[in-house]
Amino acid sequence: MRDMITSALSGKQADYIEVHIEEREANRLSFRARELEEVSNTSDLGGNVRALVKGGWGFSSFNDITKLGEMINLAVEHARSAQGEKSELAQVAPVVDVVPLNAKKDPRQVSLSDKKQLMEEYNEALWGAGPSIQTTRSSYHDSFSKTYFANSRGSYIEQEKLDITASFLALARDGDNVQQGHISTGNSNDFGAVESLHQEVEKAAKRAVSLLSAKPVKGGEYTVILDQRLAGVFAHEAFGHLSEADHVYENPRLKELLVLGRTFGRPFLSIFDGAAIPVSGLRGSYKYDSEGTPGQKTYLIENGVLVGRLHSLETAATMNECATGNARAISYRYAPIVRMTNTAIEPGNTSFQDMISDIKEGVYARGSFGGETGIEMFTFSAEEAYMIRNGQLAELLRSVLLSGNVFETLQNIEAVGDDIVWQNGGGCGKGGQSPLPVSMGSPHIRIARCVVGGR
Amino acid sequence: MVDLLALAARVAEEAEVYQETGLGTPVSFESNRLKSLQTKESTGVALRIVRNGRIGFSSTTDLRNPQLLVDRAVAVSKFGAEAKFSFPRSSVTREVQVYDPLIEGMSVETLIALGQAMIDKVRQYNPDILCDAGISKSIGRVRIMNTSGGDISYEKTYMAGSIHGNLVRGTDMLDIYDSKVTCEMVPTYDELVEQLVKKFEYAERIADVPTKPMPVIFTPKGVAATLILPLQSAFNGKSVLQGASPLGDKLDQKLFDERFSIFDDATIDLAPGSAVCDDEGVPTRRMPLVDKGVVRNFYYDLQTAGLAGTKSTGNGYRSLWTMPAPSTSSIIFEAGDTPYKAMISDIKEGIIVEQVMGAWAGNVLSGDFSANIHLGFKIENGKIMGRVKDTMVADNVFEIFKNNLVALGQESVWVGGALKVPAMYFHSLSISSKQ
Repeated sequence: MRDMITSALSGKQADYIEVHIEEREANRLSFRARELEEVSNTSDLGGNVRALVKGGWGFSSFNDITKLGEMINLAVEHARSAQGEKSELAQVAPVVDVVPLNAKKDPRQVSLSDKKQLMEEYNEALWGAGPSIQTTRSSYHDSFSKTYFANSRGSYIEQEKLDITASFLALARDGDNVQQGHISTGNSNDFGAVESLHQEVEKAAKRAVSLLSAKPVKGGEYTVILDQRLAGVFAHEAFGHLSEADHVYENPRLKELLVLGRTFGRPFLSIFDGAAIPVSGLRGSYKYDSEGTPGQKTYLIENGVLVGRLHSLETAATMNECATGNARAISYRYAPIVRMTNTAIEPGNTSFQDMISDIKEGVYARGSFGGETGIEMFTFSAEEAYMIRNGQLAELLRSVLLSGNVFETLQNIEAVGDDIVWQNGGGCGKGGQSPLPVSMGSPHIRIARCVVGGR
Repeated sequence: MVDLLALAARVAEEAEVYQETGLGTPVSFESNRLKSLQTKESTGVALRIVRNGRIGFSSTTDLRNPQLLVDRAVAVSKFGAEAKFSFPRSSVTREVQVYDPLIEGMSVETLIALGQAMIDKVRQYNPDILCDAGISKSIGRVRIMNTSGGDISYEKTYMAGSIHGNLVRGTDMLDIYDSKVTCEMVPTYDELVEQLVKKFEYAERIADVPTKPMPVIFTPKGVAATLILPLQSAFNGKSVLQGASPLGDKLDQKLFDERFSIFDDATIDLAPGSAVCDDEGVPTRRMPLVDKGVVRNFYYDLQTAGLAGTKSTGNGYRSLWTMPAPSTSSIIFEAGDTPYKAMISDIKEGIIVEQVMGAWAGNVLSGDFSANIHLGFKIENGKIMGRVKDTMVADNVFEIFKNNLVALGQESVWVGGALKVPAMYFHSLSISSKQ
């Protein structure tokens, strides 16, 4: 493969050219209600070429990899048609490397029959939550990929990657009242991580049942405590997306607002992102990103102050900062863009008890259906919530949506817990590329004056 | 294709081959300037078989070894679901036009000029607005063959234009975006941009919002972003079959205001959701989901219909990587009789919802929705006073469709390319805002 790619690249004229070839095999298995609904085995082979000429990008993607030479010419021709003034691309030392998968337990060594039995057990665990369970869905997916990357600077990288996800949903019903409980998890190197979820799965189904008697929250501003799962989504939506330099690098006014050194939170708030976080199995981990830049750990906020952001080669050069290894594409069908990897709020030292004890009326929001950001304003949804009254957990509330504003909400984080949990069930969407494997981590956090949508 | 079907037929009672190829040319502008030109070629094939009564499925983009695809489908069929259908024989009942030769003939230069014109027009209004824009043309070819003798193929063209304006003032960020997708060549996006500029004008001022129930107007875009997902979920044959849909046992009951008539319609010429057949080769149709407030039909694919003891409604859709599942084609709401301006002038204090965030993230099946109003406006004494911020709207779709509607807009408008809806004016919804 290396010879094929390097010989195709030789003699092509552009400021920069890179080639990706990708092979992927995926297995999918899902139960709905009591039945196995879908089982499939699929394979994908394709590639792309990206070329840069005077600041203009050309891109071609294809399935017939024997046409590589022709597709390189096409990408270069496109780049010429899009050219502007000058190309800016950070210098990163060329790398030649082969990165084999180093799996603790490789799902390819597990039979389809064993996977099916495991998922059947989980699906039964969902039904075990009681007679009000109306239906269930249990899904498993694994995907093994091998990518070949080469660029005109002399890099050549082969990387093997694994992504495993398992997600479960139980739906409970009482007349017109329909409530759900769900859980999703995953791993990038260990099938073992999805082998003993029975208790968690059953808990998710019980949540659906108990939510049948929960009331909607009364909308308004509250002091809220977020559990670790929801706080992880909060970190991702509130500050992760804002830190992606492609939102900033060509926007002069935003650049002024997001100048390094600006204070965004109190001294105990630190947020980081990175593909090289030393926690095994995180789904945003890799050795090299889609531009061949090594993954690292980047502090975004340290002690309340903006200290860094996430870069591709182009955004780093334009902003005169260092590349951080955050250029990612979900597949060969797309060009790499700036993305998060594993994003987390660093643990502080407040216990849950200290966090809740002086709240007269507030909301404890748990679990998440996901979130969305408009950069300044953002949302994050809790699967369930409890009212807090006089320092105690009170009545259960239905799913709530919370809304924040980056210039106020981060300053309103009043306490950061000591109990970080990483969650591996996330998928991120941006620029039509979804779902991208990411992980999110956080301890409990407490936020003052958070807007909660309700009735 | 033919070989693959023949290979599969040797080892299975029934087989279906679904092939799709595509060629797309997206042009994108970032921060007011041309950023990239792309060519995206794709081709892939999916094989579905019924062997010993069970479904096997495999798909690939690597067309070099058809036997491998058959072997994989056979291997997974041992665990597959019991098939409750037979593949349909071809029976195209009517033509549906989804191909425009003018799109294939468009040059990259024309696409670039269209994008540049959109940006120029926004910046004529205010040069401080930073624009991203995209123009793309693409052509797709689909062929569906099966062992019942079905063999349907069609070509479909698409043209898409999108524009996103960003304006930062102090710590205030304003993002307004819109897009249009059709199967037809679009000579200009002037109208799209004019509407965008009008929204920027209304958003120049920021208005205060109290936390309390208020009248709310959803623009067609606001309806699309906030209220449609719960309906799609509740009318999905799979939700109905599992007893998960709150509407499932209410066929032929009047659940909504009688001004609501809603159709699923894949037969509209030049609509991106249209085609002669669905992705299983079943002929498409115009089907009422709601007729004058009465629930009339749910939508099904072949397998779900088989399990439910009914017939496919021609709503089996899929990606290359997954088996077909029930999905809507184009959702069409019948228009009402109220001009948009009359809705606004009728309101003493209320909100207009245009863009939202987070509406999809919740307990969608129950009909509950809750969203941050990413772009919305405050009405006072019949006039738009400015943009709202840090404000949320929440309620339940099924409840407000029953007894909260004041008026439906007099014009049903395409949003994106798969939904045609009028503006909706509701009497009172919950609004929460930062004090």
